Amino acid sequence: MPVLCSSCSEKRAVLKRPKTGHSLCKECFFWAFEEEVHQTIVAAELFKPGEAVGIAASGGKDSTVLAHVMKLLNERHSYGLQLMLISVDEGITGYRDDSLETVKRNQQQYELPLKIVSYEELYGWTMDAIVKQVGLKNNCTFCGVFRRQALDRGAIMLKVDKICTGHNADDVAETVLMNVLRGDIARLRRCTTISTASEGDGVVPRCKPLKYAYEKEIVLYAYFKKLDYFSTECIYSPNAYRGHARTFLKDLESIRPSSIVDIIHSGENLSVREGVKMPVQGTCSRCGYISSQALCKSCVLLEGLNRGLPKLGIGKHHRLHEKILSQQPLTENEERKLKSVDF
Amino acid sequence: MCQVDEEYHHQLESTDRPSVSKKCVKCKELLAAVVIRAGDAFCRSCFKESFIHKFRAMLGKTRVIFPGEKVLLAVSGGPSSCSMLRQVQEGVSQNAHKKLRFLPGIVYVDEGGAVGLSKQERERTMSELRDIFRSTGFPFYILPLEQVLDLPSSVVVPAPPLSEPPTGSYKAAVDHFLQTGSRNDTTSQEQEEMSLPDVSESRTRSLQQLIGSAKSLTAREDLLSTLRQHLLVHAARTEGYSKLMLGDNCTRLAVKLLTSISLGRGAQLAQDTGFSDSRYGDVVSVRPMRDYSAKEIAFYNHMFSVPSVVIPSLETKAPEKASIQRLTESFVTKLQVDFPSTVSTIYRTSEKLQTAGRSSSPAADRGRCLLCMCSLDTAVEKASALQATLISEQLSHTKIQNPGPVKPEVPLPAEQHCSSSGEEDCGGTGSSCCSSVKEAEAPDVRSQMCYSCQLTVRDLSSVHHLPQYILSEAQRRQRRCLMREEIREFLLDDEGH
Ligand SMILES: [Zn+2]
Ligand SMILES: [Zn+2]
Ligand SMILES: [Zn+2]
Ligand SMILES: [Zn+2]
Ligand SMILES: [Zn+2]
Repeated sequence: MPVLCSSCSEKRAVLKRPKTGHSLCKECFFWAFEEEVHQTIVAAELFKPGEAVGIAASGGKDSTVLAHVMKLLNERHSYGLQLMLISVDEGITGYRDDSLETVKRNQQQYELPLKIVSYEELYGWTMDAIVKQVGLKNNCTFCGVFRRQALDRGAIMLKVDKICTGHNADDVAETVLMNVLRGDIARLRRCTTISTASEGDGVVPRCKPLKYAYEKEIVLYAYFKKLDYFSTECIYSPNAYRGHARTFLKDLESIRPSSIVDIIHSGENLSVREGVKMPVQGTCSRCGYISSQALCKSCVLLEGLNRGLPKLGIGKHHRLHEKILSQQPLTENEERKLKSVDF
Repeated sequence: MCQVDEEYHHQLESTDRPSVSKKCVKCKELLAAVVIRAGDAFCRSCFKESFIHKFRAMLGKTRVIFPGEKVLLAVSGGPSSCSMLRQVQEGVSQNAHKKLRFLPGIVYVDEGGAVGLSKQERERTMSELRDIFRSTGFPFYILPLEQVLDLPSSVVVPAPPLSEPPTGSYKAAVDHFLQTGSRNDTTSQEQEEMSLPDVSESRTRSLQQLIGSAKSLTAREDLLSTLRQHLLVHAARTEGYSKLMLGDNCTRLAVKLLTSISLGRGAQLAQDTGFSDSRYGDVVSVRPMRDYSAKEIAFYNHMFSVPSVVIPSLETKAPEKASIQRLTESFVTKLQVDFPSTVSTIYRTSEKLQTAGRSSSPAADRGRCLLCMCSLDTAVEKASALQATLISEQLSHTKIQNPGPVKPEVPLPAEQHCSSSGEEDCGGTGSSCCSSVKEAEAPDVRSQMCYSCQLTVRDLSSVHHLPQYILSEAQRRQRRCLMREEIREFLLDDEGH
């Protein structure tokens, strides 16, 4: 006997919602998924009418669904937003080409402007070239730091007021776990907030409209909407530690499906003791980007690459920042330490 | 017991005699006998001294336990709590200036009934423990968990804290104690001979029914630990102890912290894992073993013949992914092998947390969880995980009509779908849900619980299986709540918040 949709009680249910366990028909699922994102946007007051909003588009499932839903909700609920797509081209041969094609297709389909910013154009280095110099072990440090700034630069070129990213509930829960495992209390406190205000010049406010959407539901939505996407899993060695956290989260979810949102609830209700030192945010004295040190992470990494001292940006070498800024030469000993690639 | 506690046994023999003969880092004379971490090699006597010192230093630093105070040691029979017991023994027998000056007692909760052990197995464990306890000379209490069924409702009502001595009075208390002289000798004389009170089979069956009513092992373990906690607090109160000493070590606490996060207990983390926990008001729990790793405890117990007893638990034979608690434990254990700083990093996180900034006034009984006694974390904030969950529930359950603003209410959505959960008495065919009708006469227990305890209770086949003392307190709170509603307009202060 076919199961009836628990929402309309008329149509045959075609799926069981991972989030609630309800059996729903296709239309009722679409409606529920979209309206939940809408409720999140309204409750958190993510946007104001007339704002220009950049959607970080990677061609992966999250950002593909995000672009689709943002376009749809903007029309359905008359947000009055001016939407556009921003994509980052890391310069990884063979991997980015497919997903960038997806982004370009989305652009045509949704008639949204698209800006692609490339590492090569911004930093003079492609990821391929970086991997050649630093090897496979630490390249994700470069990738993460460079991507964050690249999005901001793209957003500024497009003159958008905000960027929204495709981070979903699983990503947020995973980040909570990661920060506990790393003992990073400052990030632990920040990582569950749904939007960040501008932290300084050159940093565009960001938000996560899919914060409460389960990854599995995003895939279900894309599947039934026939949205095409590519895997955006980095082909250069992924972060092993994050991989452990991800597996752990998936196992938790298999035991108790609400674990994902339970962990977010935990994160939202943590309170940090007074007197625990939080890093003070300042700005980078070379490029003006936010930084808690004299030089921002990206400038240090770049300096390291350009000088052929890749280890400079990995680990803590804060005391060298002054030297770099004043263009003093490093001592032989310092050079030797930073040169080795076998880290 | 905790699997991480057992991990180090295979290393013990080999590490007793390090292959490379190293000198002790402390006395720099004798050969090292233990290596806890790379670079931390100790000879036998320096290891012992530093181990004992750490315990005294923890109590000295925190100044929570006052001289002459009665302190009840919760000993589970595992390596960590047995090691704690030994530290207290060493402490009270030290010479004057190093002496621990509180009055210790021991409590053991026998969960054999809940775990399904036979009467003979329970007796055997008990007699082993009784021998250990008797040799300490401290008074001890052996309590079958079945006793939890007969607890009074006062257990789940926070008591006002005992007149807190003003700050700075710690030294005065020490001086006073030294003048009036130690009364410690009396404890050994009036040592109580408590054999296991006879437990009727019907009580054991009731307990098993209660535990068994939880459909998941995750909920079962959570329920069991809540009940154990209630019994411990009650024992401390009735025997006049104002501190409860728990044997959680650093490894255990790291697992607990990650488990708490996974169970939605973020708001309660500081109480669940901190040094002291005053959620019950008059009985404060302390965790003096929190700086010790499972590894160093295993070494210590091995080298200095600290006896411990292996007691099967709910999860003993359960597969790794049987419960969230079990999964988290094996996750941390495995990660610790690849990344040796895992435990200490997670543990340090716990030191940077504090309890949610709500009023901790004990009068605010309406704001405390009926089960875990922590402040409620269920106020529905705008754009929160809780609100998002309620919206999801409504959107996939109700008809599509005008999607006006969703006004959620406090209790978490129940899994109240006859088709999916297969509950008893599901005769209802209409759109109205059966379980909500059925539980109409039961007190509204879920709304009196924190987010995480609601998850546990949602996994019970019925709230009616909860022990009477919990249900009675729920009814009392509900009556208070109705009264307050009735007279709300005449109240000047929003008392109780
Ligand atoms: Zn439907
Ligand atoms: Zn990468
Ligand atoms: Zn910079
Ligand atoms: Zn020594
Ligand atoms: Zn609770």
